[in-house]
This record gives sequence, structure tokens and C-alpha cells, in this order.
Amino acid sequence: MSLVLVGTSHRLSPVEERERVAFDLAGAAALARGLALEGEAVCLSTCNRTELYLVDPDPEAAEARASKALLGEEVELYRMTDEAAALHLFRVAAGLDSLVPGEGEILGQVRDAFEAGARGPVLDRLFREALRVGKKVRTETAINESPASVSSAAAALAQQVFGDLSGCRVLLVGAGEVSELAARALAARGATIAAVTSRTQANAEKLADAFDARAVPFAGLGSELEHADVVVSSTSSAEPILSREQVPDRKGRPLFVIDLAVPRDVDPAVAELEDCYLYDIDDLQAVVRESLSGRRREAERAEAIVEHEAERFRDWQASLRVVPAIASLRERAESIRSGELAKAEGRLEGLSESERRTVESITTQIVNKLLHVPIVRLKQAAAAEGSGYVEVAKDLFGLPDDENADSRRKSRK
Amino acid sequence: MVELLFWPALLAYGEAAVAYAGDARRPGSMGRLATWGVRIGWLVQTALLVAQAARAAAFPWDTWAGSLNLFVWLVVGAYLIWGCKPRFRLLGLVVMPLAALLLAISYAAGGVAGSGRSGYSTLFLVGHVGFVLAGFAGLTLAAALALLYLWQERELKRRSPTVLRFRAPSLVTLESLFGRTVAYSLPVLTLGMAAGFARLRHGSQLDPLIVLTVLTWAVFGAFLVLRFGAGWHGRRAAYTTLAGFAFVVALQLSLHMGHFA
Repeated sequence: MSLVLVGTSHRLSPVEERERVAFDLAGAAALARGLALEGEAVCLSTCNRTELYLVDPDPEAAEARASKALLGEEVELYRMTDEAAALHLFRVAAGLDSLVPGEGEILGQVRDAFEAGARGPVLDRLFREALRVGKKVRTETAINESPASVSSAAAALAQQVFGDLSGCRVLLVGAGEVSELAARALAARGATIAAVTSRTQANAEKLADAFDARAVPFAGLGSELEHADVVVSSTSSAEPILSREQVPDRKGRPLFVIDLAVPRDVDPAVAELEDCYLYDIDDLQAVVRESLSGRRREAERAEAIVEHEAERFRDWQASLRVVPAIASLRERAESIRSGELAKAEGRLEGLSESERRTVESITTQIVNKLLHVPIVRLKQAAAAEGSGYVEVAKDLFGLPDDENADSRRKSRK
Repeated sequence: MVELLFWPALLAYGEAAVAYAGDARRPGSMGRLATWGVRIGWLVQTALLVAQAARAAAFPWDTWAGSLNLFVWLVVGAYLIWGCKPRFRLLGLVVMPLAALLLAISYAAGGVAGSGRSGYSTLFLVGHVGFVLAGFAGLTLAAALALLYLWQERELKRRSPTVLRFRAPSLVTLESLFGRTVAYSLPVLTLGMAAGFARLRHGSQLDPLIVLTVLTWAVFGAFLVLRFGAGWHGRRAAYTTLAGFAFVVALQLSLHMGHFA
């Protein structure tokens, strides 16, 4: 059985091509079932990639089926097998193949694809390992700890000032999409969106409703500042709307001001006030750039983890190749043991039931002990040297080929 | 035996200091190594102090060098209460090099070898030296937290792009912690001072160390009044804590002038 991967991603194809082979979860599940035939198949489809993982005794046929399903003649595809395919999935789950290194959403998408797929022993093991590797990378490196967007950087900085944001009151000045994104990032970390103000009251009310907040008149901005811990400003005003004089005495309470507007809404002199921290769009973008370069540094460490885990998977997969040979070897030994006992039946007639059990047990133990070292060596050699050792063992012990052994086992059942 | 315990303790503290520096550059497994260095070092130093106490006929830390040894143990012990959490690893970068340095100085000055002979009773010295040093240890930790606060505040004010690279506690957390640490440490210091004053012989003169201790107490007392009474926060509170700590340093340095002679 070989593992085959066929797919395309943002690294290879533009969105016009990717969207032609994108599937929702139900569609991906149906495609996987259709492609699996008697093997295994999982379809991973996200906005950045569509990949088919197949396990099949005939890798070329599996690859052809997958290529056809992903419009191989029209869409550029990559193809990988066995260890390379496993390494690729581990990198995907770790977020190393994502646009933003270490992003967390992909781990959930891999899990969903796995659960919806036509699973068998190989893909079950592969995807469980991929999910484990994804978590391990995020635990053992800081790849996903730094913010990757302006709004998440703003929220992370607010946390750096206040710690736990639950109980922090946010005032939104301006009710556009930019304000909303920042508000969502802050709310996701526990902050309360307390009030929204805008020159257009209707817009303020609409956004306030979305966050269960109050819409306040624009003229009341000064008084609202007294109660706010975080201010997010993103209006289209040509002049600053918040001056140093408007900021009331904080009495030791910090005020974090996020100015996302261009031209800026907040007078830079506000930053000179004690306990006042002002970040404009350039400051936040610099933080994001720095944190993305930090993620890339961490990605180097993550690559080492992923490669190590892919090697482990390769060893496991290689050990699968010796399973039929080991089963044949055990079967042969057991048939010899039981055959010899049957021949000696006449001489064993005088034995009691307990003595018979002892003879059974001793002969079984002898067989097991004799086979133990060859079986361990076979597994080790399969991982290190491929199938050559297995062929030698088959020849030495006179074992049948895998297909013959399988059919013999089935007919016996 | 005591010699055998000193070197592993120093080595573990040194390893923790180096690992904290590595963790600051690249957070990860170095941080865990540092944490284990602190834990192991503190346990070994505890064994060292127990061995010293078992060997000595009287209170073994009544010399300047001896008290430094005990002081390091108390500082690291106070740090261990919550300092090993990943968010506080930057604090370890302040505390552990200092601990390793002071322990080495204590050893070089004979603080690990044995004690001088004091005319005071062991019970008095346990109460006085123990409480005063525990108070100082807490105030040292408060100063380290205040220093971390000032660094973090400066980074945020300067809008440094790397402000999120180092996983430090938030400003509000640091401010609350150094305030609370002073609030817990000052009563302990007060107890130690009270024990000292109670034992002060009638007609004996106030030595400079006593005056310095009273000044230290006054600075931190004023800090608490201003912090919790007048709402002092932020940089002013942090600078006051550091000013108080300057007195603690002066006290530690002048202890060798023969306070217990």
C-alpha cells in the first residue's frame, strides 16, 4: 500500500485555478469516498489549498484518479508519495505551508477533512500524527504567539498594557469596517465594547447593536473618554478629532489609544500624557512586520520538529511492509508446532489435562522465543534498508508471497 | 559537606541566569531549563543552609557574608512563589544573575564556611535577622518587578516594534505585583526591626545601620501611603520602589561594619 498526495495550493496556483477545485466539507467527503475504492482517501480543501491523500496498492492508478478529480490537465498540481507526502501534510498541519506561518485555523481544517474522509489504518495514523505534530509545533515554538494582522496586533498590545482584557471598556470612534475588525479582535480577547460614536449616528447605532454596546452622539466623545480604557479611532476626518486637552485626568488608570485612521484622528501629543499609550497605523504595521519575522524565525525550529516526526512516520510505514511476512512466519511456525504435537498425540495420551496445557505452553514459548529476534530484526531492517531483508527472510524460511499468503488466510477464514 | 553543596547551588543559579538570557533571545526550551535551574539551585541551597545550621553551635548567619547567603535564599524563594511562570521569565533575568553573584560573594567572604561568635541569643538573631532579611528579600523582588515595569512601560511608550517579542507580564499586573510585594514585605521588615529595637541595650547608641534601616522603612512606608492612599501609580510608584531599594543595597553593603559585634 502506498500513500499518494495530489493537490494544489496558493504556492502553485492563482485563486482563479484554486476556486475551480475547491470543495465544501460535504463535497470533500463525497469526493474522498468516490476516490477511495477499496483503499483510503481524504480530501483537504481550504481557501488556500485542495489536496487529495490516497492510500492504494497501485499508486499510479491512485494518482491518475486524483489528478482527474482535480482537473489535472487544466490546473497545475503537485504530486508526492509516501515520506514526502507525510512530510507535506505535517508541514501543512503545523502551519508551515500557510500564508501566515503558524496560523491556527488550518489545524481545525485538517481535523475536519480527516473526520469526513474515507479512513483506513494508514490515513488514520497519518492524520492523527499530523494533528499531534501541529499541536506540538505550536506548543514547543512561539510560531503562533505573535499577531499577524493590524487588528490582532492592537489587541495584543492592549493585553500588554492591561493583561486580562475582561473588564476593559472599549470606545469605538468611527463605525466603519476597520473599527469593526479591531473591535472583534478586542472582544475575542475578553474586552467589552462599551460605546460607539460616529458622525453618522445611524452607523454608530448599527455597529453598537452588533456588540451590544451604546451608540453615543459624536459631541459626547470627551465625556465617554473618562470611562474608556481602550479607544479605537478610525474616522475619515481630515483633521484630528482627539486632542491632548480632551483627554481627562486618568488618575493612574492607563489609556490605550489605537488610531487606525489616515489622516490620523488623534493628536500625536496625546502620547506625551502619562499613562497614555498611542499607536497609529504605522506603529501597528511595524509590530506586525516584526512579529511575522519572528514567526519565520520560529518556523525554522518548527521545520526540524516536523522533519523528525516525518521520519518516525516513515519508519512506521516501512514496518507495515513486513507485516505480511511476519504473519506468514508466525503461521508457518505455529503449523509446524501444532502438526508435531498432533503427530505425537499417541505418545501423549497418558497425560492429564493440566500436563497437556503445560506441553502446549512450553512449545508455544519455544516458538515465540525462536521467532522474537528474527521478527525484531525484520522490523528494524524494513525501516532502515527497505524490502530487501524481507525477501531474504521469505527465501530462508520458505514463506509464500504476500498475495498468496493473503488469499490462503482468507480461504481459511 | 557544606562545600559540596555550595558549588551545585551556584552552578544551578548560574545555569538559570544563562538560560534566562537565552530564553529572552528566543523563548522556548531554554526557559524551562532556567526554571529547573532555579528550583534545583534553591533546593540545594536549602540543604546547604540546613547543613550550616546543623554544624553551627549558634545562629550561623550573623556575619555580613553569612546574612548574604541567607538573603539570596530568601530572594530566590520569594521569586519561586510565582516567578517560574513563563510570563515572569524576564524577571528571572533580573533576579538570577544577582542571586548567583551574591552567593559567590558570600562564599568568597566566608559566608558559607561558618559563623562568627555573637553575643546575642540565637532566638533573638532568628527573629531579628530572619525577619529583616525576609523583608529585604521581598523588597528586592519588588524592585525587580518595578524595574521590569519601567522597561516594559518605556517599550510601550516608544512604540517599539519588538514590544511583543519578549513575553513580559502586562503593565497593570506588574504594577499591582510590586505594590502588593511591598505591602507584604514591609510588615515583615517591621517585625524584624521591632525585635532589634526590643533588644537594644539601654543607653546604647544608634549605629548608622539602624538609621539606614529606619530610612528604608520610611521610604517604603511613604510608598504604601501614597500608593494606596493618594493613588500613586505608574512610573512614580516604580521609581519610589527603586529609591527604597537603593537603601536596601546600602544596608547590605554596610552590614559588614560590625552591627552584631
